[in-house]
Amino acid sequence: MAKHKISNKIRTLRFMRGEMTQQQLAEQVDVTRQTIVAIEKGKYSPSLELAFRIAQVFEVPLHEVFSYDDKDAS
Amino acid sequence: MSYQEKRSLVNLISAIIVPGIYFWFVFSDSPEIGLNTDELLKFWGTTMITYIPIAIVARIVIHILFGISNAILTKEKMDKMDERDRIIELKSKNIGQAIFGIGLVSAMATQALDYSVTALFACIIIGGVVSEIFENSLQLRFYRRGF
Repeated sequence: MAKHKISNKIRTLRFMRGEMTQQQLAEQVDVTRQTIVAIEKGKYSPSLELAFRIAQVFEVPLHEVFSYDDKDAS
Repeated sequence: MSYQEKRSLVNLISAIIVPGIYFWFVFSDSPEIGLNTDELLKFWGTTMITYIPIAIVARIVIHILFGISNAILTKEKMDKMDERDRIIELKSKNIGQAIFGIGLVSAMATQALDYSVTALFACIIIGGVVSEIFENSLQLRFYRRGF
């Protein structure tokens, strides 16, 4: 199954950043709050550039925010 | 419902209402009946040329009214477009254009099969309206369920 192979820890990282709101994160990475909501829910896989910007906000490497699960769902 | 979803819904409704009202007014007393081919071509040419600016102005007015009423009712700011919006727009437009292409090919087929000029323009209009309905429905679906 090709969908939702990319998972993320944005919710956890926001919590660790003093319960940063989705709106605050959205403003810092220059996207809409809806896009952050979609990424957190796994409904949208961000571009590489946006993924790096999100990781930069949390000051962690990219692989600590996003992970790629290559296991076949079947 | 997010601003983007509401915008897609407004686009979807106006894609039905604007041509619906315009063509209902044009055809309410069947002015095209009894015209020969040259007169029909002139009638359709005038109808389409008039429709384009009316549709553009109507859409702009609907968007302005939507923006104002949304800002008053929800107090939320108008969202700027980001990469997800652009991808959703691109994906839905691709499908919409394919449907419009089918409408154009059907329009040409009507002439190859000796149907009247009215059938040609009807296919173009139906193709345009259906493509817009699909485009905006898909945008709404992509926003709600992801892609």
